[in-house]
Amino acid sequence: MRIHCPICGERDRREFYYKGAAAAAERPDPQADAATWNDFVHLRDNPAGVTRDLWYHEAGCAAWIVVTRNTATHEVLGAVLAEDRA
Amino acid sequence: MTELTAKSPCDGLLPLTIGSVSCSETVFDAITSVAPYAGEAEWVSSALRGQIGAEFPAPNRATGTAHNRAVWSGRDQALVLGPRLAEIPGAAMTDQTDAWACVALDGAGARDVLARLVPVDLRDHAFSQGHAARTLIGHMTCVLMRTGENRYGIMVFRSMARTLAHDLRLAMEAVDARR
Amino acid sequence: MRVAGRGLIDRSRSVPFTFDGVRYAGFAGDTLASALLANDVRLVGRSFKYHRPRGILTAGSEEPNALVTVGVGGRQDPNVRATMQELFEGLEVRSQNRWPSLGFDLMSVSDLAAPFLGAGFYYKTFMWPRAFWEKLYEPVIRRAAGLGALSRQHNTDVYEKAFAFCDLLVIGSGPAGLMAALTAARAGADVILAEEDSRFGGRLLAEVEEVDGQPGADWAGGVIAELEAMPNVRLMPRTTVTGAYDNGTYGALERVGHHRRRRPHLPLECFWRIVAKQTVLAAGALERPVAFRNNDRPGIMTAGAVRTYLNRWGVSPGRAMTVFGTNDSAHRTARDLVDAGVHVAALIDSRHDAPASDAFPVIRGGQVCGSQGRQGLESITVRRPSGEERIQTDCLAMSGGWNPSVHLTCHTGARPVWREDLLAFVPAENAVPGLTPAGACNGEFSTAGCLRDGRAAAARALTALERPVPEAGLPVAEDDPYRTDRLWAVAGKGRAWLDFQNDVTVKDVKQAAVENFRSVEHMKRFTTQGMATDQGKNSNIAALAVLADATGREIAETGTTTYRPPYSPVSIAALGAGGQGDGFAPERLTTSHAATVEMDAPMIEAGLWYRPSFFRRQGEKTWRQSCDREVNMVRRSVGVCDVSTLGKIDLQGPDAGAFLDFVYTNTFSTLKVGRTRYGLMLREDGHVMDDGTTARLGDNHYVMTTTTAAAGEVMRHLEFVHQCHCPQMNVRFISVTEQWAQFAVAGPKARELLGRILDDPLVPGDWPFMACGAVSVQDVPGRLFRISFSGEHAYELALPACYGDALFRQLVSGAEALGGGAYGMEALNVMRIEKGFITHAEIHGRVTAFDIGMQRMVSQKKDCIGKTMSERPGLMDRGRARLVGLKPVGAVKLITAGAHLYDREADPVRQNHQGYVTSNCFSPTLDGVLALAFLQRGPERLGEVVKSVDHVRGIETLCEVVDPVFFDPEGGRVRD
Repeated sequence: MRIHCPICGERDRREFYYKGAAAAAERPDPQADAATWNDFVHLRDNPAGVTRDLWYHEAGCAAWIVVTRNTATHEVLGAVLAEDRA
Repeated sequence: MTELTAKSPCDGLLPLTIGSVSCSETVFDAITSVAPYAGEAEWVSSALRGQIGAEFPAPNRATGTAHNRAVWSGRDQALVLGPRLAEIPGAAMTDQTDAWACVALDGAGARDVLARLVPVDLRDHAFSQGHAARTLIGHMTCVLMRTGENRYGIMVFRSMARTLAHDLRLAMEAVDARR
Repeated sequence: MRVAGRGLIDRSRSVPFTFDGVRYAGFAGDTLASALLANDVRLVGRSFKYHRPRGILTAGSEEPNALVTVGVGGRQDPNVRATMQELFEGLEVRSQNRWPSLGFDLMSVSDLAAPFLGAGFYYKTFMWPRAFWEKLYEPVIRRAAGLGALSRQHNTDVYEKAFAFCDLLVIGSGPAGLMAALTAARAGADVILAEEDSRFGGRLLAEVEEVDGQPGADWAGGVIAELEAMPNVRLMPRTTVTGAYDNGTYGALERVGHHRRRRPHLPLECFWRIVAKQTVLAAGALERPVAFRNNDRPGIMTAGAVRTYLNRWGVSPGRAMTVFGTNDSAHRTARDLVDAGVHVAALIDSRHDAPASDAFPVIRGGQVCGSQGRQGLESITVRRPSGEERIQTDCLAMSGGWNPSVHLTCHTGARPVWREDLLAFVPAENAVPGLTPAGACNGEFSTAGCLRDGRAAAARALTALERPVPEAGLPVAEDDPYRTDRLWAVAGKGRAWLDFQNDVTVKDVKQAAVENFRSVEHMKRFTTQGMATDQGKNSNIAALAVLADATGREIAETGTTTYRPPYSPVSIAALGAGGQGDGFAPERLTTSHAATVEMDAPMIEAGLWYRPSFFRRQGEKTWRQSCDREVNMVRRSVGVCDVSTLGKIDLQGPDAGAFLDFVYTNTFSTLKVGRTRYGLMLREDGHVMDDGTTARLGDNHYVMTTTTAAAGEVMRHLEFVHQCHCPQMNVRFISVTEQWAQFAVAGPKARELLGRILDDPLVPGDWPFMACGAVSVQDVPGRLFRISFSGEHAYELALPACYGDALFRQLVSGAEALGGGAYGMEALNVMRIEKGFITHAEIHGRVTAFDIGMQRMVSQKKDCIGKTMSERPGLMDRGRARLVGLKPVGAVKLITAGAHLYDREADPVRQNHQGYVTSNCFSPTLDGVLALAFLQRGPERLGEVVKSVDHVRGIETLCEVVDPVFFDPEGGRVRD
């Protein structure tokens, strides 16, 4: 698997650490209700199709990136820096 | 009181020559990390030019010459290899002089040796002189730079110097044995 | 036998070798298979299950029968395909799966028992009693069935792995592959041409048909010479592309050293990861055998293989040849044999309209329905409308048609498509992104068609690479149509083999259908067809055709089993190359490593680091003696310990304090410059992630320490929090772990020792507990932190790592002069347990700040990572298992980590579980065993007696619940 790091360019998957769904980056307000926090910390979709994941270029530039890929075809559709994510 | 003597990271491990490829330790007077704060990149780059005659490197690049080099080492960060730097306002700086084992891999076949250990594209058009990468060498994270036609600089954490020498030796032996 | 005037071998160079101890000779350029056939050796191995005599079936990597063992001792390599083993001087080969000898194999009695041993026999017979399966049945069956054996010695051979990159990867170098490579290379693309064989050319090396007016091999040689001279081309012979993976990544096994005598350091194999922007698959096709009674006898081969042996190696596998086929491939074999002067007794063609010949007798509409011979073929039985007849023959060449090698196109999940006109599966459209199949693997069987297809595939790849496609003509070559008869299995009694390697017959597949294993995947698992190392290359299509017939379905409807990597076997040694011994994982060594080893300290691994367990002194026989001495030494005088392995992260910037406040539960922005504070870090789910001290060196400058184990995880976490949650914070951080050699100096005489080392004396009032600041040693600037993990008056002294070795030696000799010395991890652990300090034994990922009594450290004045979730009622419940100390109070004095806690009178069963022990030690300071544990409502139960039960070791101990700080609870010693 190859991931296009927005800083380093295309690299082998072995350079990256996988965290999980990009939802982990969307931290709720600390005062938000329990359901919102539960959703943020624990609940994840498991799509057969396009998904957005957080990856860390641990053996590279140390950027956290959001990778869009298709779990059904394994196609990697794009990646942006987590700090620049929409 | 006995004298406090310094030991380099690859002390007793290098140099090593196998066939046409040799591997030797490079010792710099200083290694300094320079990380410009938000909005300070240009100022820091010009300050760096004033001190070492080379600009702050773009991602995947190194600037400067053999003992006045700045190599990109990650997001918003470069390592300056050479003279001890004066403070640069607008940048976070740390002394990294002793944190890295720095090795030069030199000679025809150096790229073949690296191809055994490094998972990045090292073909001329993808990794030419002045190019650098943060990547893996074996199981270790490294800073890799191309410093000549057949010459590469490799930096790994100091504590892994022995493993680096071991991995390079095996790769050098295997490449040489094919000749 | 060798045939004059043919072959690409060097007849001037004789190459001696041995097979089962007998000396033979072949020629340079031979494979083991061609050399054995040239020497009239037909019996090469015994079959897997029935121990039937077997010979060579094919001439390629698909060979199921001729598996041999090469080499001895640690270098023994079992299951080497004789068709892939190149001959070299001194090659020593042994046959497999026979006892006592290949010609007389006692195990062949299982062939007589064959009527009982069909598919499903083991499953049905050895079901009862259940316990017998592991102890009796399986070992016996395994001894009887099998192929080559491992030497059970350490493999001393060298293996390597490597990475390669290209614009275009061409897999296979037959006419399609060569044409693709040539077209792309001339267009300037970076091309890798990978060929499984030792020689490029594919079937061009095995056929007499000309290309552009030259022998095919010569044309291939010309193309290779041109490619070799181009700097943008990399030729990789002896390289099998074994798998297609995501995003243009391919795995390939290069056989580097198998074809020559061992040479020091020369790898036996290299496993390549090739990353290609585009790929042309020109893997060719595999000829299928026809199933008929006893079609597995040595001397029965595929027709294409017979042609290969004849034309490439100048070998005729027989003297009185017969040929049996369903297509024109069989005719070519007969023609070439006759041209070479070999007697062809008959060609049996199942087609009634088969072409005639005046060079050899053709039996149209005939079928071979049986074979005879003891350890090799002696005659065949031919059935035709007029009746059956026997024909004397020592070699039968058979062809049931050709199967395109679609394997790699299916590795990422695509299914091949059935083509009724070819009676074969071909690759689906766009089966693998970026991969274009060409030539025979794409169902294009003529040479001209392959050349055309190869060029077209290259053009498609070049277009995708945005390169112009060069204009060039195509070489002239035969363009014969391909037509095959539908014949999978000849009807009749007896056993007709489909899968030679796993001994699966037509009857077995039909039996599967009878027992309702109608899915091809179920049939495969019931019969084991296709599950041997050839992965069914010779049998899959015929087997599923037989299954389709037996279940009354079409082949397309029946479908194929799943093709998975690797295409052909890859040794684990190659996949894991470099991972043996010192290559298993990086070894992180501290600067004190050499001195520590000199002091006879056994090292233990802490993550990737190596740290001293204890420092053995003369007269100390057990680790406990050393450990106890070290603890006493620190508590009474002074000890030195390398703590450089702890993670050290330098944080700078105007928002550094605010950032620390966000990642730690407690507040760091208020910490004074020159002071250090203990901090607790949570995960977002509210559980404890790590702990450590952070020092403030300047207004905008902090140094954080992490535990040794979690250094990488914390760095990743800090980057995550910064980049994902607060990128607006102006803070920069970097690891400085490796920059500093840092040593703990602990004990009542710590100040005295440092006074002798530091350039300036330590003025007591200037260095209160938790102070930090700059110091120097012989004018080398360093850092000093007054922190303690032992509960003693202690410091950590850091100098640039290049001085680490010298500093450690000085500190140790200085400490020894004061009655102290170096201490290791065991003593460090004892002292922290005595003080109730936690490590990752306690903060193991499931505990909260509340559980370890640190809830008050979660500041109520600010937000931090994990705060919201840590306040969930369930995570602050009084009934949770919480940190306590334990001391044995009964007759048994041992408490072990991992033991479970119960009420004193309760049954030690799951339902009564109250907690568990995380750490234990013998405390020389308190002269007894201590343990840290998590116990339900623990802090409320001080003084109570509970039972600790170690079910694994069988230890039951009565323990008193006590405060986890066993020693100096007021902390007077650390402050003094």
